[in-house]
Amino acid sequence: MNTIRRRTFLKGTVASGFAAVAATSGLLRPTEVMAAAWPKSAFKSKKLDKSIKNLFGSSKVTASKAIKIKAPIQAENGAVVPLTVSTTMSNVEAIGVFVEKNPSPLATSIDLTGATAFYSARIKMGKTSAIHVIVKSGGKLHVAKKTIKVTVGGCGG
Amino acid sequence: MARLTKIKTRKKGGATEILVLVNHPMETGQRKNKKTKKKIPAHYIQKMVFKIDGKEVADANLGPAVSKNPLVGIRVAGVKKGASVKITWSDNKGESGKAQTTV
Repeated sequence: MNTIRRRTFLKGTVASGFAAVAATSGLLRPTEVMAAAWPKSAFKSKKLDKSIKNLFGSSKVTASKAIKIKAPIQAENGAVVPLTVSTTMSNVEAIGVFVEKNPSPLATSIDLTGATAFYSARIKMGKTSAIHVIVKSGGKLHVAKKTIKVTVGGCGG
Repeated sequence: MARLTKIKTRKKGGATEILVLVNHPMETGQRKNKKTKKKIPAHYIQKMVFKIDGKEVADANLGPAVSKNPLVGIRVAGVKKGASVKITWSDNKGESGKAQTTV
């Protein structure tokens, strides 16, 4: 049992190591990395701006009222916060969900290559925080924010 | 270990909604075992790919901040009845799973 675990662990390190090299070597543009592999740098970023930049290649965002976030105002359990995002914008390429005060802000993102501009998931929140939903449409980034109060945190414990 | 992956499709708002539920711990790597004080290693799904009739329609990146037993939903317009929906996912430990259904 122990040896098997050790194997999978080693394999995992080699694979993620390669992804990191590919991302930093500058051979691949950020958007291409996104399509090919899991955007590790964006998920590991501790700061919101940096995380957005690592995911979308830019942190320049404009506020938009066309993005709708459906989520509870107050979440009793931070481990499960249901979230639904939709927008009336056209040409939506990707949607990213960031929780400002989580240890790593990026919770999840999705690349849309045929699906409608809609995404739903359940996320964890460490404490009361603003959620930033970023929609990439026509090469531009749009943001909508919503603050959710959390009674019991869902990270760590 | 094979993990249970379920897909549900339904008509909603003129589009077809695809809901995926995976039985997965989604461990963040930040929690500690109370007895041993050791950190529980991270274990979470990273990629989830949605395909309809063999064509990729969406590609989701998940992080440790997604709740355990993740339920992910997308909507696709203009899907015909009887089209095949295929989901594949993989996590940071190299585990993967897939599920298939028809609309």
